[in-house]
Amino acid sequence: MTTESPARTERAVESLERVTIRFAGDSGDGMQLTGTQFTKTSAVFGNDLATFPDIPAEIRAPTGSLPGVSGFQLSFASTDIRTPGDSPDVLVAMNPAALKVNIGDLRPGGLLIVDEDEFNPTNLKKAAYAVNPLEDGSLAGFQVVRINITRQNELALEGSPLNAKDKFRSRNFYALGLILWLYGRSMDTTVKWANEQFRRRPDVLEANLNALRAGYNFGETTELFHHRYEVAPATVAPGLYRHVSGNEATAMGFVAASVLSGLPLFYGSYPITPASDILHELSKMKNFGIKTFQAEDEIAAIGSAIGAAYGGHLGLTGTSGPGLALKSEALNLAVMTELPLVVVDVQRAGPSTGMPTKTEQSDLLQAMYGRNGDSSVCIIAPATPADCFFMAIEAFRIALKYMVPVIFLSDGYIGNGSEPWRIPDVDDLPRIEHSYAAKQEGEFNPYKRDPMTLARPWAVPGQAGFEHRIGGIEKSGQSGDISYDPQNHHTMTLARAERVARIVQDIPPLEVLGPKSGDLLVLGWGGTHGALTSAAENARKQGKSVASAHLRYLNPFPANLGEVLSNYKKVLIPELNTGQLSMLIRAKFLVDAAGFNKIAGQPFKITEVEGKIDEMLGLTGPYNLKFGPASVLGGG
Amino acid sequence: MTAPATNRPGIVEDLPVLTRKDFVSDQEVRWCPGCGDYSILAQMQKMLPALRIPRENIVFISGIGCSSRFPYYVETFGFHSIHGRALTLATGLKTARPELTVFVVTGDGDGLSIGGNHLLHAMRRNVDLNVILFNNRIYGLTKGQFSPTSEFGKVTKSSPYGTTETPLNPLRIALAAGATFAARTIDRDTKHLEDTLYQATQHKGTSFVEVYQNCNIFNDGAFSAFTDKEVRQERMVYLEDGAPLRFGNDREHGIRLNGFTPEVVQNASDDDGLFVHDAGVANPMLANILVGMDYPAYPVPVGIFRKVQAPSFDELVAHQVDDAMAKGKGDLGELLRSGETWEVS
Repeated sequence: MTTESPARTERAVESLERVTIRFAGDSGDGMQLTGTQFTKTSAVFGNDLATFPDIPAEIRAPTGSLPGVSGFQLSFASTDIRTPGDSPDVLVAMNPAALKVNIGDLRPGGLLIVDEDEFNPTNLKKAAYAVNPLEDGSLAGFQVVRINITRQNELALEGSPLNAKDKFRSRNFYALGLILWLYGRSMDTTVKWANEQFRRRPDVLEANLNALRAGYNFGETTELFHHRYEVAPATVAPGLYRHVSGNEATAMGFVAASVLSGLPLFYGSYPITPASDILHELSKMKNFGIKTFQAEDEIAAIGSAIGAAYGGHLGLTGTSGPGLALKSEALNLAVMTELPLVVVDVQRAGPSTGMPTKTEQSDLLQAMYGRNGDSSVCIIAPATPADCFFMAIEAFRIALKYMVPVIFLSDGYIGNGSEPWRIPDVDDLPRIEHSYAAKQEGEFNPYKRDPMTLARPWAVPGQAGFEHRIGGIEKSGQSGDISYDPQNHHTMTLARAERVARIVQDIPPLEVLGPKSGDLLVLGWGGTHGALTSAAENARKQGKSVASAHLRYLNPFPANLGEVLSNYKKVLIPELNTGQLSMLIRAKFLVDAAGFNKIAGQPFKITEVEGKIDEMLGLTGPYNLKFGPASVLGGG
Repeated sequence: MTAPATNRPGIVEDLPVLTRKDFVSDQEVRWCPGCGDYSILAQMQKMLPALRIPRENIVFISGIGCSSRFPYYVETFGFHSIHGRALTLATGLKTARPELTVFVVTGDGDGLSIGGNHLLHAMRRNVDLNVILFNNRIYGLTKGQFSPTSEFGKVTKSSPYGTTETPLNPLRIALAAGATFAARTIDRDTKHLEDTLYQATQHKGTSFVEVYQNCNIFNDGAFSAFTDKEVRQERMVYLEDGAPLRFGNDREHGIRLNGFTPEVVQNASDDDGLFVHDAGVANPMLANILVGMDYPAYPVPVGIFRKVQAPSFDELVAHQVDDAMAKGKGDLGELLRSGETWEVS
């Protein structure tokens, strides 16, 4: 398109229940920003939504190359949704590489918008296209809309003092403007945001806003689109809402834990993808009395948090899988000294460096068993981005009550993903009870346990009369003195495990969605909640006897888990690993649970889980992911 | 001993007078008889009452090794942590609770080998900690392997043909990392040891004290060539601020600088041209020259090599928090409602 049609055309408006869009471009093209702005706009509009940023590991891979492609997918709907969608309905591809990487996911007949200007020989070569895909008929199954985004954007920015390179960088605003128009959305949210974001760079602000308006107006004046679409606001519970990512919710949850307990928060962390945002967030919040420490390494990060916990503050450290491995010795020190420490692991694809920007649930067994000796810690896992807020509060509630380290297993998918969140009323949040050691009869015994919780007293420096020594060497059951006594080690090992087991008296029972007994239970944990719950719900809509349950407490398990498992003929455990929860469930409950395992760095699609459900119910033959059979523990 | 500076946190003016005994815990000391650690423990316990800080506000944190048993024997708060990581716990504790007086007890293996990274970073940050590094140039607890400070070619259980590696000089590391207080003392000179420990506590920021400590089981006599009483005055030079470097039984010898090279002046009749020690110079060049002096080429310097003022990490962190709180204490409800929100009715 090189000319604008002067006449503004009225377009038919088609109502949709749900739309999934993926913005894809070079990592320098600002696709995360485009996606985030569209998300905010849809959130303010009142849609339910879910997002999935897919970021390349390289900060700036060679421009136009396949590894440099960055994507942001969001799904917005007039109904309750739990995932960012299986297959996009709309793909915006800013260059050939973005097309190549993403076209396989676009649903048949989906809308493909490309920046035609970028399909030049150089870029086609970088994307390893022998022939221009816009010309060879390979896109015939989609509605292809070719727009000269780069040229149009240049025209819109004529007169701007920015250089050509900076003008080029405004293309994402042009694309955003176009999509805002296509879905009947206002530019207000973005204009407001840009005014704030670029207030010190008026030239950039003006260019971006001009590009945004140009894209919007192009949609309105061009005849390329026969329809506009509308997705009505979702019917949700009344209240004040915001849009929140899992890492933001995690950070705010820990701030809340500090406020609710009245104890200052100390966060020691070493930057690591995808957990660094928690450090960024908490380091801003000094006005809550929070101290953050960017340590020299992962070990120093947890060591400092243990030091703070020993000092009577909320000791928190955060990392991802490789960092958890480095922290394991120090974590055991917290196990032995029975201090209230919380460790966040925003899991990513492993082993080793693995795929830092891709999600996985493969640290469960590391969290359970990845330490020397018989070493039990509490493990919890948020199920959705917003759930991170509540589970962060839970982490410290449990840590303080039981004087125990708690591992908080988030993952890259919910950490970076986002959803609308009905903001809770602070007055409705539970206070976190805690106390420092109280005077005991006679000598102070730092390992004298509470009979209910088996927690030892928290005696902190500054408490006169409570001077004592602790450490990693085995402790005598009462005095905490060094002990090599055989009976004592036996008793203490069991007591440390029993203290974690007793947390069961303080956690809610596992909730089941669907029939209380029946053919199949779909059991999951952590960030797969959306896909699993939706797949089971869809199965029920088709009259199938399928329930779902999602574990947020993994050690100990909720008290009713064994009973829940026994109520179904079959149990399916889909996980983004090779069967870690499956192994725990099979070992503990002797249940022949079938695994369904995807190890691709990508979340489950609802249809994948549905396919496996049908296989389990005997409705179809073996269901395999496109990656092939993937279970080590029964099932396909 | 000089009177304590009153700007130290945690000093209680009307604290009942404490004595050495108040800092002796009920734990049986389990170092080998004759170990240099006993002397360091004794001088520490003698020194602590002078701080006029209540016992509950003092914390000893250690890593792993013979030296790291230290906290069990002192009647204060104590934390015997894991190998090499004492400084990380201490940094977290001191940052969270700046009003506490925190000691870190470590050794040449714990502090310079497995925990070397943390030592660098604690000193560059200038966390207000008193780091006492017991240097016996050997691994004692694991029964006699060479350490990062063992001399080149040393024959040990793990180096039967002699080591093939060059030792570290702990004080050179301290200066390179920007330590604001760097000192050396020896286990056998109890008065100098006690005074050096005291001086370390009076410095705000990381105080790094290397103690030459004899392991009479696995490396006996490692320092005796210059620490034996009969030769000590001839083979060691005690650094005194503002005074020329003099040594010898009658302080008859001196040290002068020839360019960047120190030279021994035998029987220096007057102080003219002798190297006058000043621990307070900002540039660590001169301290580095002193640190490089070693027996037998030179007398071994002990005392405070460097002592300069700089804001401590814990203090800076606390100021940022205080400033932010003074501008408006955080409100959880407001935080949750920050960013774009919308009302659904």
